Amino acid sequence: MQATTLHDAHVALGAKMIDFAGWRMPVQYGPILDEVNTVRQRTGLFDLSHMGRLQVTGPDAVRFLDRVVTSFVAKIPEGAIRYGLVCREDGNPLDDLLVYKTGPEEVFIVANASNKDTVLEWFREHTGDFAVELEDQTQALAMVALQGQGSQAALQPLVQGLDLGTVGYYKFGFATVAGLPNVRVSRTGYTGEDGFEVYLPDGDVVRVWDELLRVGKPQGLAPIGLGARDTLRLEAGMPLYGHEIDLTHNPVEAGLGFGLSFKEEKGDWIGRAALERVKANPTRALVGLVTDGKRAPREGYTLFHGDEEVGRVCSGAVSPTLGKNIGSGYLPVALAAELKGSGGTIDMDLRGKRQACHVVDLPFYSRTRK
Amino acid sequence: MRPDDRRYMDSHEWVKPQGELMVIGITDFAVKELCSGNEGDLVYCDLPEIGRMVKAGQTFGEIESVKAVADLNSPVTGEVVEINKEIEDHLEILSEDPWNKGWLIKVRVESKDIAHLMDATAYEQHIAADH
Repeated sequence: MQATTLHDAHVALGAKMIDFAGWRMPVQYGPILDEVNTVRQRTGLFDLSHMGRLQVTGPDAVRFLDRVVTSFVAKIPEGAIRYGLVCREDGNPLDDLLVYKTGPEEVFIVANASNKDTVLEWFREHTGDFAVELEDQTQALAMVALQGQGSQAALQPLVQGLDLGTVGYYKFGFATVAGLPNVRVSRTGYTGEDGFEVYLPDGDVVRVWDELLRVGKPQGLAPIGLGARDTLRLEAGMPLYGHEIDLTHNPVEAGLGFGLSFKEEKGDWIGRAALERVKANPTRALVGLVTDGKRAPREGYTLFHGDEEVGRVCSGAVSPTLGKNIGSGYLPVALAAELKGSGGTIDMDLRGKRQACHVVDLPFYSRTRK
Repeated sequence: MRPDDRRYMDSHEWVKPQGELMVIGITDFAVKELCSGNEGDLVYCDLPEIGRMVKAGQTFGEIESVKAVADLNSPVTGEVVEINKEIEDHLEILSEDPWNKGWLIKVRVESKDIAHLMDATAYEQHIAADH
């Protein structure tokens, strides 16, 4: 079991620590629903140092990544970020990623904690003749996120040499943060709110964390655990590896087409042919489930349409933002379309008891639709 | 020290004789495990219908927090004759007073023998050994 450098700081803040993807991580500091509301209404601070961070460099870094990652890396402008996946030949994903285009020969990758070693190994297996170097920076760098409408105001006082207002969504820059030079700051996140992710030297993270909590006080900046993060990402319709996507659930049927490039100029990439076939003839669709009932959908609950078993719940949550219980799950394509159109329901099975769920498009929540 | 007027299951339910009936609830430890000390994280408690037969060691309901669902297991065999209706709308009772006001169901039992279950001392040791 690994611990992030902030472990003791979390414990001192009263966090409940759990095992997550091989790491001891804070699941909550207080009530989870309150933490969700804090991010939606004010600003939250997250320790994400368990996430995998990889540096890909060399003359062929971009060409290599265009072979092993689903997004069109050559076309990403410098200073911009794209969502992508690493797929096997069968089109099923080994992980999903953020791809930071730092320069023509330098790309920074953020992978899931649970899959980082798999991704690194997969990349190494496929370097072949590519002139590329892979460096695992997970230990050297810490990662924290500010999420919520006060993020910019909370972070800017500690940032020199970069006006955060000029950093657009899914863009990044380098700045001096809390006196540390060359810190990568991106306008990204996993909550559906405005915010930033900051990658800084691991040895300085405790000091920066404390300074952020102090400087961010006027914005109500408070530490937020992984429990609320999971609810926030589900409300925002974002997939979590191991739930909405895994080795039996491909990105096409998960509705992640925006992370896949089928442009001819990208050339062949691993999984492309398989995913083109799925795209031409998908059988399942990932949908949102909303229920007025008392029980929240939970991973693994069986979904019934009449007497027919039609799917399973991938993720579920009590959503304070919607004031309802929500979930995600796969349904046959035609049934998903029919129920979304008609406002019809499917039932989730609770040990023989049934509870109706409306079938809706993801996301449940979008701040631009406020 | 937890109350020694009752017996405990290793899945953190308690049972206490009350006249001809047995009262069943869950321990403070169970509540804390479910909601991490944040009572607002408890969201639902599913109790059986009155008249339902429950069996020792079997599930009679479920309790749900924001992040987890846990089974409620019956320490005894018998018929449910009363349920604590307050709980459904006031889950905070479970964290405030799991021993008295937070009882869940009352069961008319075939056998009042609960000596095979843990007493308070054994339950304390069980928790200490587990965590």
